[in-house]
Amino acid sequence: MVTSLAAELAPVGNGRALGVLPLLWLVPALPLAAATVNLFLGRRLGRFAGWLAVGAMTGSFAIAVLMVRQLASFGGDERLYVQHLFDWIQVGSFNVDASVRLDALSATMILVVTGIGLLIHIYSMGYMHGDPRYGRFFAYMNLFVFFMLMLVLGANFLILYLGWEGVGLCSYLLIGFWFEKTDNANAAKKAFVTTRIGDTAMLIGIAMIVMKFGTLNFEVVFGTANATLSKGAATTIALLLFAGAVGKSAQVPLHVWLPDAMAGPTPVSALIHAATMVTAGVYLVLRTHVLFEVSGAALVVVTVIGLITMLYAATCALGQDDLKRVLAYSTVSQLGYMFIAAGLRAYALALFMLVAHAFYKGLMFLAAGSVMHGMHEETDMKQMGGLLRRMPLTGATFLIGAISLAAVPPFTGFFAKDAILEVANHTGHQWVYVLGTVGAVISAAYMGRLVFLTLFGRPRTQAAEHAHESPPVMTVPLILLAVGAFALGFVVEQSPEGAFSRWVESALGAVPRGPLGLPTTVLIAIATVVAVGTLIATWVIYASGRVDWMALRVRLAPLQRLFEHGWYIDDYYATVLVAPGKAASGILAYRFDAGFIDGTVNAVGGSTRRLAAVGRKIQTGYVRTYALALFAGAVGILVYVGLRL
Amino acid sequence: MRTPIAYFLLLSGILFALGTMGVLIRKNALLIFMSVELQLNAVNLALVAFSRLHGNLNGQVLAFFSMVVAAAEVVVGLAIIVSVYRRSQSVNVDDARSLRW
Amino acid sequence: MPLDNLVFWVFAPVSVASAIAMLTRRNAVHAALFLIVNFFTIAVMYLLLDAPFLFAVQIIVYAGAIMVLFLFVIMLLGVDRNEARGERLFGMRTMAGILAAGFVLEMFFALRAGIGFATRAPAGFEKVNAPANTQALAKVLFTRYFFPFEVTSVLLIIAAIAAMVLANRKARAITQAELDAHENAQARSAAAPSEALAP
Repeated sequence: MVTSLAAELAPVGNGRALGVLPLLWLVPALPLAAATVNLFLGRRLGRFAGWLAVGAMTGSFAIAVLMVRQLASFGGDERLYVQHLFDWIQVGSFNVDASVRLDALSATMILVVTGIGLLIHIYSMGYMHGDPRYGRFFAYMNLFVFFMLMLVLGANFLILYLGWEGVGLCSYLLIGFWFEKTDNANAAKKAFVTTRIGDTAMLIGIAMIVMKFGTLNFEVVFGTANATLSKGAATTIALLLFAGAVGKSAQVPLHVWLPDAMAGPTPVSALIHAATMVTAGVYLVLRTHVLFEVSGAALVVVTVIGLITMLYAATCALGQDDLKRVLAYSTVSQLGYMFIAAGLRAYALALFMLVAHAFYKGLMFLAAGSVMHGMHEETDMKQMGGLLRRMPLTGATFLIGAISLAAVPPFTGFFAKDAILEVANHTGHQWVYVLGTVGAVISAAYMGRLVFLTLFGRPRTQAAEHAHESPPVMTVPLILLAVGAFALGFVVEQSPEGAFSRWVESALGAVPRGPLGLPTTVLIAIATVVAVGTLIATWVIYASGRVDWMALRVRLAPLQRLFEHGWYIDDYYATVLVAPGKAASGILAYRFDAGFIDGTVNAVGGSTRRLAAVGRKIQTGYVRTYALALFAGAVGILVYVGLRL
Repeated sequence: MRTPIAYFLLLSGILFALGTMGVLIRKNALLIFMSVELQLNAVNLALVAFSRLHGNLNGQVLAFFSMVVAAAEVVVGLAIIVSVYRRSQSVNVDDARSLRW
Repeated sequence: MPLDNLVFWVFAPVSVASAIAMLTRRNAVHAALFLIVNFFTIAVMYLLLDAPFLFAVQIIVYAGAIMVLFLFVIMLLGVDRNEARGERLFGMRTMAGILAAGFVLEMFFALRAGIGFATRAPAGFEKVNAPANTQALAKVLFTRYFFPFEVTSVLLIIAAIAAMVLANRKARAITQAELDAHENAQARSAAAPSEALAP
């Protein structure tokens, strides 16, 4: 009954020109194929492995673009296409099939994943040049893209979960890519274990969905959610799923893995930890927003966590000296903004911020990699300075990304952030607006600090003095991403009633609008003043030479250390959770398993040996004792027979 | 004959027991062998006694064959003892104890 | 008192006594001689049991051939060696004594429960032994037990061959080591009348 209902609710292109849409399955299939080839033949392919991976990504991107164009040609409410690949699980009345679903949300996501992924793959060909495991790197990257695509294209929760777990695996493999250094391996382990906590909660949520709905199909679940779920049940399920999002998107309290994940190669940080995997949590909330809306309370939780994370991570970014760690905390903070938007029901704005962030954060990571390349893998900002003159392309694109993040109009970042704050203001959530603006100040501050310390002023070391620009294979993607970070905003015409919102409305609903608060123009003015002012202030402190920022840093040392260590949350976890866990597993592994269980088994063997050592004394070697035994036995038998008779 | 057959049998038993004791107690291989002969003789006596009891000659025939086989056995056994003596210069059975734990 | 009874009660103790004597002699030749006495008494028992043929065969084969063979070998293997008095194995003598006594007791009780101590030899054995024990035995031997008879003859041949093979020794030069070992062994056995140790 449920399957027939699902069939009714899913319009699979009846009566419309499908065009290229049936090629949807190729979008994830191409990277998977390339990954398989690279896994097995990577070493023999040598440099060709990179080209193969890039080729697969190009193909995927091209087909994705065609898909989106075809989908856009449909009318507003008909923008949905579900392709059934094969029947997967059929147990009694519970059916799950492998299907992919293209609607405005997943279409946007696949464009981001394949497009930005393509640029990052090209960049990687230059960045990973000469690495002994070159082929394996691209295999893992393509495999990751495959899983991410399955995550966003899945038509039911199980495919989504498949992709979810898969990206977690690939993240582990890629963070620990240079596993010869124990720190890298530990970072990978930490990432996997931390996200696992969220994943387990998410799995429980999915199980509850099966319990309540009897199916995992999105159409059925979201179609009947209002009727089937009570508020309490909806809240529970939504919060459990959100726990998974908290883990994957590195929100407080499961954020601790992301700064350490910077141990991986920079393209990995760009692709996974800026543009795609960490946005999976946002995607999840967007996809299941119906459940959150039925619940109501869950949305509040989302907003609150988003706010806390955004402010917390912004302060931490202010205190970091490591280039990539600033960007890592920045990612956590920006993701907080996306969750704030989702919590305010402005799902389209959350999605747009996701896209914008993918551009400027991906750009900044790649540019950071380029900077590291020029500085011989140095990441400490205190050692840099004056790089704009020595690495013009890298520096310029880096600057563009930073300004976009700081939300200066007319850059893309401004359109994204301002729209969210505007919705907060207009719908009466003034606290959200105020805190969001404070967060914007801090964001501009750490971005300014980052840019001015590295690119401006005088070079502070010999390495900075002699830095050189990166090859074109690395700088061209930077330029392309910079164009997006700069222009995407006003090209897409973002405002609550802009073109983008209309594009995703079929999937995500309309953006809330309200009459309250200040007029839009005032808000824009406030945001601009805030952003530009903070940037100027940081320029004065760090690049103009008028302020001795080193001394300032020493005076504020305790505060700086607090921020640098993430308010010591990670250390807190280490003592309260990790250390007892390690102690417990130590006891289990050594005292119980090696000691008790192995001891018992060994004791069995040992006691057998001791018994035998005693028993073998019977073989004395004297023939006479054997004869005695014979005779005694004979007499015994005679006695026995005699007694019986 | 007035002696009850049982006395012959008991005599046979006593001789057999004595022969076994000789096998167990003696250390010289030749003396052990002689005790074995004593055992065989005791058994022969029992056979003949039973033959008399049951009124046929089967027991006597069996005793006869037993003697023949005993003779052959003595021949071979003594040859073995001589061989062992040539190797180890000893007829003490306690000296042949390498097959021990 | 009937004659056979008397004969029995004279020779039975002799038999047991000679067996015990054989057990306890430390000199091998003495033990062999006592065993011969025992064989004689057994032969007399056969006579009492109406088996004259076996009486003769016992003396000829056992006392005459087998024991002579024994004495030859004793002569070869150290006629001057006496068995050691002590017992290396703890409790062997006690155990052997207990078991032997137990065995005899068992026999006693078994006999008492079985044929009983009153049964005499049944009459009519002369008919079995017609015309004489030897002829009757021969008749049974060559008809009913013909096959075992033939097999036994083969057995005897095998025994003879086996003895020849086992006792055979290729002629070879005796090494100095062997000579020394032999001398040492003899010196030791001359110094202390005990068993020679294995080299």
